[in-house]
Amino acid sequence: MSTETIEKKDTQVEKKPSEPLLSKRRRKFIADPLSDDNPITVQVLGICSALAVTTQMKPTFVMAVAVLAVIVFSNLIISAMRNLIPSRIRIIVQLAVVASLVILVDQVLRAYLYDVSKMLSVFVGLIITNCIIMGRLEAFAMGNKPYDSVLDGLGSGFGYAWIILAVAFFRELLGSGAVFGYEVFAAIGWEDFPTNGLMVTPVGAFMVLGLIVWAQRAKTGYVEK
Amino acid sequence: MRQSNAYVIGFAAILTVVLGGLLALAATGLRDKQAAAERLDTRTKILSAVMEIEEGAPIDAIWEERIRSLVVDFEGNVVTALENGEQLVAEKLDIGKEFDKAPEDRLFPVYKFMNEENPEKVDAYIIPMYGNGLWDNIWAFVALEPDLVTVRGVRFDHQAETPGLGARITDAEVQARFEGKKIYNDLGELVSIEMVKGETGDPSIYDDYHVDGLSGATLTAKGVNAMLEKYFAYYEPYFKTIKTADDSEVEEAAESI
Repeated sequence: MSTETIEKKDTQVEKKPSEPLLSKRRRKFIADPLSDDNPITVQVLGICSALAVTTQMKPTFVMAVAVLAVIVFSNLIISAMRNLIPSRIRIIVQLAVVASLVILVDQVLRAYLYDVSKMLSVFVGLIITNCIIMGRLEAFAMGNKPYDSVLDGLGSGFGYAWIILAVAFFRELLGSGAVFGYEVFAAIGWEDFPTNGLMVTPVGAFMVLGLIVWAQRAKTGYVEK
Repeated sequence: MRQSNAYVIGFAAILTVVLGGLLALAATGLRDKQAAAERLDTRTKILSAVMEIEEGAPIDAIWEERIRSLVVDFEGNVVTALENGEQLVAEKLDIGKEFDKAPEDRLFPVYKFMNEENPEKVDAYIIPMYGNGLWDNIWAFVALEPDLVTVRGVRFDHQAETPGLGARITDAEVQARFEGKKIYNDLGELVSIEMVKGETGDPSIYDDYHVDGLSGATLTAKGVNAMLEKYFAYYEPYFKTIKTADDSEVEEAAESI
């Protein structure tokens, strides 16, 4: 793969009538990872953080936003310089970009959301090793244009976000009787709602996640080969 | 061209400089904001040992008005500056780092919660503590009434205790068990407070020196007991200086900063 052929291809694409901003092909970048190709439930990536940070909705939400930001911007940056990156050190380059973005997110959280940043503790730093991000960079951003890569990042980011938020919703509701810290059961007059301690532990996350995977695969008919 | 060693090295070098510069910029730009957030967090925790903190309360204003802090050494003497002449600020002391030193070398911060009407009168003494839980460190802020015998309130926190078991030391209900308990017996001997093994849910069966335990988290409870006992002992020399001062009715304003 020499530089010349890639450049030629790029100019050819540009000559065609420009594709609509959200063409059918591009909508698939966002829609696929939400369900049919979900990074957590289908590709089974990023499980570690999905289990660790999902005891409550608030830190989970911040984590979801953090991962979304990192995945979108790293996709954009890597895609923008994909023709400059020497293929021999591409993984290190990807890692450097992801790590820098994650540290930025961590610094911002520490300055503006100190309590949440303490709750997430090491898991913000561990976004660096989240396989979803490196996976998208290697599989998509290295070979596609920046705009498409951003859409792809948004798709995977939201696919990750809705799953961990769903897990956190059930864990906080059943484990602490609350949603976003708001005591739901106390509010509707069920003061002595028996909270389930299992839901607070990672075991609860495994069970909720397993049920979501089950429900989703029953619906989409996906079977692992 | 893109595969030549020179290109690879050059690319890596430029990338490193750009990313490094960016991060350095961010770290410097956010440093003040981070320090402020951290200070606010510490102050909130210390104050919450003596009062209910509502969301959005003016923590810094309350702190300036009500808290007088000082640092004492192992012998109970007030220390105002380090050996290198640096001024000591109680809230900037890292209790975790002090915990790593030998007890004789540690510095111990004291936060005096002053009376709202009479700013010369102490309403409570708040002392920070640090110890080992089951998996990692635990720490606490313990508020004592001016008699230095009765516990007014405690706030526990932890690094990595098991959620639902040891991590329950941060529950308001568990912390409330310590309120009104005593650390000295009638003879004036230090007895500290012990969290028992097992959980009955009935606070009435315990005397002034015992509290209900944590079912399934006996080792965390043991860590709490050890931490309380050790730190009450560490602060005892300082408590004695206050008591002597009170007895001779010396205005203790002299030693407050």
